[in-house]
Amino acid sequence: MSTAFEHPTYNYKVVRQFAIMTVVWGIVGMALGVIIASQLVWPELNLGLPWTSFGRLRPLHTNAVIFAFGGSALFATSYYVVQRTCQVRLFSDKLAAFTFWGWQAVILSAVVTLPLGYTSTKEYAELEWPIDILLAVVWISYAIVFLGTIKLRKTSHIYVANWFFAAFIITVAVLHIVNSASIPVSSTFSVSIYAGAIDAMVQWWYGHNAVGFFLTAGFLGMMYYFVPKQAERPVYSYRLSIVHFWALIMVYMWAGPHHLHYTALPNWTQSLGMVLSIILLAPSWGGMINGMMTLSGAWHKLRTDPTLRFMVVALSFYGMSTFEGPMMAVKTVNALSHYTDWTIGHVHAGALGWVAMITIGSMYHLIPRLFGRTEMHSVNLIAVHFWLATIGTVLYIAAMWVNGILQGLMWRAVNPDGTLMYTFVESVEASGPGYIVRLIGGLCWVTGMLIMAFNVFMTVRRGEGARQPLPQTA
Amino acid sequence: MDNGTVNGVIIILLIIAFVGLTLWAYSKRRKPDFDEAANLPFADDDEPPNRDQSASREADSRHDKGEKNT
Repeated sequence: MSTAFEHPTYNYKVVRQFAIMTVVWGIVGMALGVIIASQLVWPELNLGLPWTSFGRLRPLHTNAVIFAFGGSALFATSYYVVQRTCQVRLFSDKLAAFTFWGWQAVILSAVVTLPLGYTSTKEYAELEWPIDILLAVVWISYAIVFLGTIKLRKTSHIYVANWFFAAFIITVAVLHIVNSASIPVSSTFSVSIYAGAIDAMVQWWYGHNAVGFFLTAGFLGMMYYFVPKQAERPVYSYRLSIVHFWALIMVYMWAGPHHLHYTALPNWTQSLGMVLSIILLAPSWGGMINGMMTLSGAWHKLRTDPTLRFMVVALSFYGMSTFEGPMMAVKTVNALSHYTDWTIGHVHAGALGWVAMITIGSMYHLIPRLFGRTEMHSVNLIAVHFWLATIGTVLYIAAMWVNGILQGLMWRAVNPDGTLMYTFVESVEASGPGYIVRLIGGLCWVTGMLIMAFNVFMTVRRGEGARQPLPQTA
Repeated sequence: MDNGTVNGVIIILLIIAFVGLTLWAYSKRRKPDFDEAANLPFADDDEPPNRDQSASREADSRHDKGEKNT
């Protein structure tokens, strides 16, 4: 990459690298999602090979979208935001470069080992112990670079976005190290140090906080910087953002047991998880309202600015899925929804609607600025991407709602003599149409990401043509 | 103290912490500081936002036609 855009103060190189990889891994991860969605419609697409079977590609899809796509986006935006709001260069350029190459090495290891079938079998933490150790080292380096930069800051305040990023970095370090603790048997096989119900509880304490801190707190950090920037006005209420931050991180930590309703987990733990999941609605909506209200007086911008539209729709889906989540955590609702496609729909309302949309909005703001421009190559293509993403998400979650409720009702239906009314395979057969609609939604998303890649490529190329040094900051 | 009492005490302490945090965040004394912090994203602007030489001229002309309900 050209050095023509080197900022006099900030380290934009590492931000550029992570930003480009966000787009690349977004395409890879979502294309993998389309492949496994197709396998559910046409099972022959597993090609009869172990390496391309659903069970091995599914963890590759989740790792690619969460850690490769989402992770690269979080690295890019947190490094950018912390420098600009602390008005100081990153703590260490070398360590920042190590986090980039280390993170890519972790992802490539996942791309190799997961299809080969090396897995610790822990959901969203499938990577085997040597990769886990590399991941821990990279993550601690990330914490040092980020927190070190905050310590060097030239401003008196630590902007709220940095609070969210810092909480996300520190918590993910703790979650990853505790949950991945295992006894190595060979270089490709290890056994968790936890057993039975405790193993399950540790796993979902990790799993739900991966949602709460990786996919929520981190992206809220993004929201608190990029929504005000794109709307060109400060956040609606800074006071609310402080209450939002502390309430959210205090409550999220305890919601994990709702993944283990009606299992061997002690009943009181399940109820506790349910109650705290319901309480979680309050801080979540506090943050959502704070983001939305930032636009008050600037709503007309939505007419001409598809980037801002991405962010507002992201906040809408955030509000929707943080309402749906507490509802699904209620034990009686969970009795219907658990193990069905409703869960998959809920996850994607959050992952596509919130995480991917706020990421893409932020990238459309960020990428031109990193390459010496102030706007993307084509605003119209952003609008096309916006509609593809929105329609894709709606198709996806609507199909999964229908499928999920259908499956839940079929599984619980009993004949008067107490036998089950339907066999499992009948519910699979009935899910077919929903799987096709979901596939169409996924194709919309991948198409949108390819359009984004083209738009980014053209922006970078035109930016390189300009070759003007950025003006010095005051 | 048995478990139930400890739980109750912890809950009361957390409620006090939450109310205290809210009162602190919403106190008048903190307002100027928070206003300053809220403007940090705009404190170091090295370029005027959304003013690209070529690409946004069209967007700007469209933008001006929109009613500004500020």
